[in-house]
Amino acid sequence: MSRHTLSVLVENKPGILARVAALFSRRGFNIDSLAVGTTEHPEISRMTIVVNVEDLPLEQVTKQLNKLVNVLKIVELDPASSVQRELILVKVRADAETRSQVLETVQLFRAKVVDVAPEAVTIEATGNRDKLEALIRVLEPFGIKELVQSGMVAIGRGARSITDRSLRALDRSA
Amino acid sequence: MTTERMTGAQALVRALENVGVDTVFGIPGGAILPAYDPLFDSKQVRHILVRHEQGAGHAAQGYAMVTGKVGVCMATSGPGATNLVTPISDAYMDSVPIVAITGQVSSSAIGTDAFQEADIVGITMPITKHNFLVTDARDIARTIAEAFHIASTGRPGPVLVDISKDALQDTVEFAWPESLRLPGYRPVTRPHSKQIREAARLLVEAERPVLYVGGGVIKAGAAAELKVLAELTGAPVVTTLMAKGALPDSHPLHMGMPGMHGTVGAVGALQRSDLLVALGARFDDRVTGKLDSFAPDAKVVHADIDPAEISKNRHADVPIVGDVREVIADLIVAVQAEHEAGRRGDYSAWWKQLNAWRETYPLGYDHPEDGSLAPQYVIEQIGKMVGPDAYYVAGVGQHQMWAAQFIKYERPGAFLNSGGAGTMGYAIPAAMGAKVAKPDAQVWAIDGDGCFQMTNQELATCVVEGIPIKVAVINNGNLGMVRQWQTLFYNERYSNTDLHSKRIPDFVKLAEAYGCVGLRCERPEDVEGTIAKAMEINDTPVVIDFVVHKDAMVWPMVAAGTSNDDIKIARDMAPDWENGD
Repeated sequence: MSRHTLSVLVENKPGILARVAALFSRRGFNIDSLAVGTTEHPEISRMTIVVNVEDLPLEQVTKQLNKLVNVLKIVELDPASSVQRELILVKVRADAETRSQVLETVQLFRAKVVDVAPEAVTIEATGNRDKLEALIRVLEPFGIKELVQSGMVAIGRGARSITDRSLRALDRSA
Repeated sequence: MTTERMTGAQALVRALENVGVDTVFGIPGGAILPAYDPLFDSKQVRHILVRHEQGAGHAAQGYAMVTGKVGVCMATSGPGATNLVTPISDAYMDSVPIVAITGQVSSSAIGTDAFQEADIVGITMPITKHNFLVTDARDIARTIAEAFHIASTGRPGPVLVDISKDALQDTVEFAWPESLRLPGYRPVTRPHSKQIREAARLLVEAERPVLYVGGGVIKAGAAAELKVLAELTGAPVVTTLMAKGALPDSHPLHMGMPGMHGTVGAVGALQRSDLLVALGARFDDRVTGKLDSFAPDAKVVHADIDPAEISKNRHADVPIVGDVREVIADLIVAVQAEHEAGRRGDYSAWWKQLNAWRETYPLGYDHPEDGSLAPQYVIEQIGKMVGPDAYYVAGVGQHQMWAAQFIKYERPGAFLNSGGAGTMGYAIPAAMGAKVAKPDAQVWAIDGDGCFQMTNQELATCVVEGIPIKVAVINNGNLGMVRQWQTLFYNERYSNTDLHSKRIPDFVKLAEAYGCVGLRCERPEDVEGTIAKAMEINDTPVVIDFVVHKDAMVWPMVAAGTSNDDIKIARDMAPDWENGD
């Protein structure tokens, strides 16, 4: 199995998230992470989907996704030529004794503290998966009380935009 | 553009008229009721009131299969809509263009578990090509235009349009779209010329090629092109269950149907082939048998309009995405170019082998020793007497396989059945839909006693609406195919397959209760006379109860999950593959 990051441009129509999610489960694929939001064009949303599959099933799921009428474009983003980021919020036990060590860790990982209470701090961090996993490992001994992670978002490096052509298609059909 | 104020319901009916609908099968109910009022006035659209929504869906399929046009069914919200789920799923599996229109509760009530509310868009998401929820009257006309376009283009399929009651009741300016706005929907129909040339090259270089023809060839209207390609190359042709008649069964290049109940010749041809040219076929498990032992020496050219079918089950060496009619037309030109360049396939050794299989292992059956009726004989006689111009509509099970094996199909589209989904109960309503579309053609439902009891209430519709179909119930009193598996794989333990339908119900009386003519036939010597009598009656549906022997089995058979190489021609009898070498 290998991890693949798909950027899926979709028409911003009701039910599209359900269509995509249902397609993955129906065809027997697990989604590692999924993030969705609007793009610079209000009619287009972008999903970043991370899947753990072999190459052949990936081709199949991509073709099936392409058949969804509201899907405009699918691009697989190679980690080497794209920026991939996740965000975590983590509430860590931090009393008078351990607080300084926790804050040191926060600095090391260029994370930040977004909330402080007498017994705990809440830390916000962004990065790729490796970095965030490392942060979590270091924080674990202090006692993680709560952890929430966003799905991954990713964008290709360089000046080119994957939305340009889809926008033109939208304009043509308008 | 016409601008005229009307209700959403009127806009719906106007839109249906604009896309050319002449027939709708359906049943009204609360949420769809506003649509039925203007429908009452339409001079173009005939609404046929069915007795169960499943019947409306299958009738729309039957209509679509024989016309190539989009079939339309209509139902109300909740249970009306959920009763359409089976035919929608059936149409999805067999790529049949239908549009299902369902009423939905008012938009303000959606999500409140209102009376007769069901999330039919959510329910049918995995079994439709696309579906829509319309809650604004202004969207109705455009959505209908889009739905019909999606259903009928590319790989055909079912589209559902769910319309809330308030959208039907609101008043709007009718606006018919001049162009469709579907930026994410662009089916590829033109095949890639490089791939075509590569396929032609493989065809003339192959020694043991097979044209593996699926239902896409019939959907694309490519039967004439197929015949030219087959005759040009001299390659053998197999037609799947969904492709019966794509090449006439009587054609000398035709090796029969492949698959679980295919001929030894067709199955052997695929298994020993060195080149499969798959045309509008999808390597279904009922054709391939155990996939990793399927056609082990064959390179694969796979042409289909749906890119997702290519290399889904079997890797394609030469993938061709396109309308199969254009693919075959281009292939003909490319093969001609190869011939002109002096490259031509020599399949003479291959044909020697194929002919040996064909002669040694023809389809056959035995007459029961007790003098009772062989179901295969009944079906074969119907085919002979009614002839190749009729439409034959089968249910699912043994009778379906015998209808595929023993009726000779000479033209595309003459055989309708539920192939992918295997929906028992398909035959009666689908035959009804076919007969509505082709009132001057003979339409025979070949049904089983199990299937018949799932949807026979549509005979009431047939009588009331003047749709005189013929129904041959192949009555062995059992769920025959299931029983066959119990015979072969469950030590003859017949758990719950005896329907007692030789006694209950009395199909002749049932037919008469519906206002049909009911006939019964129990002896071989009465078969011809009974069929002839049925053929003389053309003003009302005829139901014939053919009481047949219950132990007849469908042969040949490749047991589920086993290799095609292990095909049996009768119980514990394997063909001798080397015969004729």
